[in-house]
Amino acid sequence: MIAAPATPNRATRAWRDLSTDTALIYGVLALVALISWGLILANGGQINLANTLVRSVALGMVAVGQTLVILGGSLDLSVAYQVSVTAVMASYIMQGDPDRMLLGIAVVIAIGIAIGLANGLIITGLGVNPFIATLGMALVLRGILNSSFDNFAGAVPAEFQGLGYGSIGPVPYSILLFLAVVLVAWFLLRHTRFGHHLYAIGGSEETARLSGVRSARALIGAHILCSLTCVLTGLFIVSRLRAGAPWVGPDGNYGLESIAAVVLGGTALSGGKGGVLGTVAGVLILSLLDNLFNQLEVNTYLKDVLRGVIIVAAVAAYSMRSYRSRP
Amino acid sequence: MTNVDLSTSTALTATGGSDGADPGVPLLHMRGITKSFFGVPVLDAVDLDVMAGEVHAVVGENGAGKSTLMKILAGAYQPDAGSILLDGEEVRFGHPRQAQEQGVSIIYQEFNLLPERTVAQNIFLGREPARGPVVDNRAMEEATARLLAELGVQGSISPGSPVRELSVAQQQTVEIAKALSFEARILVMDEPTAALSPHEVDALFERVRLLQQRGLAVLYISHRLKEVFELSRRITVLKDGRKVDTVASDAVRPGELVRMMVGRELDHYFPPRATASEIGDVRLQVGSGAVGKLHNVDLEVRAGEIVGLAGLAGAGRTEVARALFGVEPFTAGIVELNGKPVRIRSPRQAIRSGIGFLTEDRKLEGLILPQSVRDNALLALRSLGQARMNERPVKEAPSVLDLARRVELRAASLEQEVRYLSGGNQQKVVLAKWLATRAQILIFDEPTRGIDVGAKAGIHELMRELARSGAAILMISSELPEVIGMSDRILVMRDGTIAGELPSGASEAQIMLLATGERETVVAA
Repeated sequence: MIAAPATPNRATRAWRDLSTDTALIYGVLALVALISWGLILANGGQINLANTLVRSVALGMVAVGQTLVILGGSLDLSVAYQVSVTAVMASYIMQGDPDRMLLGIAVVIAIGIAIGLANGLIITGLGVNPFIATLGMALVLRGILNSSFDNFAGAVPAEFQGLGYGSIGPVPYSILLFLAVVLVAWFLLRHTRFGHHLYAIGGSEETARLSGVRSARALIGAHILCSLTCVLTGLFIVSRLRAGAPWVGPDGNYGLESIAAVVLGGTALSGGKGGVLGTVAGVLILSLLDNLFNQLEVNTYLKDVLRGVIIVAAVAAYSMRSYRSRP
Repeated sequence: MTNVDLSTSTALTATGGSDGADPGVPLLHMRGITKSFFGVPVLDAVDLDVMAGEVHAVVGENGAGKSTLMKILAGAYQPDAGSILLDGEEVRFGHPRQAQEQGVSIIYQEFNLLPERTVAQNIFLGREPARGPVVDNRAMEEATARLLAELGVQGSISPGSPVRELSVAQQQTVEIAKALSFEARILVMDEPTAALSPHEVDALFERVRLLQQRGLAVLYISHRLKEVFELSRRITVLKDGRKVDTVASDAVRPGELVRMMVGRELDHYFPPRATASEIGDVRLQVGSGAVGKLHNVDLEVRAGEIVGLAGLAGAGRTEVARALFGVEPFTAGIVELNGKPVRIRSPRQAIRSGIGFLTEDRKLEGLILPQSVRDNALLALRSLGQARMNERPVKEAPSVLDLARRVELRAASLEQEVRYLSGGNQQKVVLAKWLATRAQILIFDEPTRGIDVGAKAGIHELMRELARSGAAILMISSELPEVIGMSDRILVMRDGTIAGELPSGASEAQIMLLATGERETVVAA
């Protein structure tokens, strides 16, 4: 028998991972950072990296969840309202009482799992297009929220606000939480059967099915995980605001912005290609731009125009790149 | 958890043994397999048996039922009647998964690989070696490396490369490795050489022989008789869903085999062919056209004539049509319309130049199914901006009505959605679309596929009438009787180029010999 060739070692594998699209996106990130910081300093402003990062956390966690569903060929338009549901329910249940903290957290996690399960089952079981299924979920959640709560409901105890404001040395808790979410998602995608199957389903559901993959299961799992990232985001936001209100999610624009971050990070909207590391870069690019526009006091409407142009231009560049490299 | 046997070398050697298994009981025995689709019989009581360590070829014309038979073996279709025996025991495959578990692996013409995933990830998709939920990437890549080493390609294909970076031949090797990873005992290869270069074909053959020596039974589906004779021990010939015979490959000559494949009667009358005076100037001419796998494509079509374009699946006939119509335009060579050189870079330009294309897949490419007869008939014309869109339907009606009359359309009304029409009438709507643009060069790709016999004759009459009124028609068809019955001249394609031209009334055997590349002259039976 012929000797089996050596499998590439970890170093070459890691290099191969980095040398592809992800490297390109981080190159773009570095460029955006240099340009925006240059402009800020030139205008006599100050760079506040920690601040930029903390402001990336909320969008970042949702975007990581969004990455999972998009990789599987799905989508979640209801994330913003899921964030609101968590924020409102957490402060409503806790009512400023430290003893009710765990109860509040348990309830919002349970609600999150239920919403993710419902999204996943509607998409896989009833065969409803993910766009419509999660748009419907968004409307339902919005209706329930707005009919039950006018404004801030209850409050979280001061202890809970540590999540939003506390830190270990110079590193805020929230950034550690975000890193943990990224790490877990990266590990799931790279090293578990769930992750492998998710990529396969997004790449070609037919091929996945013919290879014996239970595609519904993996997709439902991705939706539940996505909802859990919304729960974490909701908890983070309510810890900073002290109380939740129905508008915190939609005002943060997490729905479309999370999708923009995912796509900006190089993940194909049709699924099967990409990953969370790219999404992190996408989120940071959006935050850096935000920070730049704020420091330069760019008009709000002009800000929207600029961000829109940048997102579309970036995706057009990716698409041209992959078009040209086609055989 | 799925139990994956990673020691593939034992999987290859444990079955059968290389010295030829017991000749008594075939490894695979298919008995009386019968199948019809929508009442149309595709297979009629077909028998097939394969020994361990044997390469058994299955040959036949397009539509003879080869692929259906293999899909039944692989569990993708269920037979209406008949049984499958493995090692003498009857098995039933309700799902491809069950066939795989019994050691039946099939490599389809279109590969089932995920381009963005690595070789190892593709091979073990759905059966990843894992500890709990965590995939053992190292074990997976090592097992893949072993599989690739078995096939002798460990140097050229790395388990960690994304599949999109591989050549077609390498992707096929990955498919073979995937098939073997199921501990295959029976490997079905459906037209495996269709996309390969001669050098790659040789490498594939070596691999097939290696598998054969290890006791696998290989079912080899191919149009290419040269390959069939080179590889196989026995050959089963199918024709029109029936088994003609199973012969030892050293006991039959290629010419005899071709006769077995094609020998049949014409089943309906065709309209009379064009007379010399009806054939006019050259409307369409291609010189040395090339794109993708097409090369040195030379052809001309004159006003008033129907030129048949014959060839085996994968020879490049549809590609010629798509190149002419600007879908994937020729990148080299000269195209002339009515004697003037043109460069057609898009379908829009082709339509403006007076070309119409009736595609092979009527429902996907020819029609917008949920729209009306009227909207479909005017689709191409409107895209040119020549139909006044705002005009009320009443005023538009006469012209569409004329078109419908010309093609003898049978529909409840012009507002009927085309999805409710029969295949023949749908094809007439596509034809009306091109009559609306006054196309003078018409390309028909499988004009009567899936159309019942009566409607077929109607389409044939229409094509001839169009030719008589001055249109130049290029007709691609896999049905030899249609090619012979309709064409004023016949071009035969092989391997991406025009292999030769035959006059009207050529025999099926002449066409098949050109199409397969067999040199031996066949004495007319």
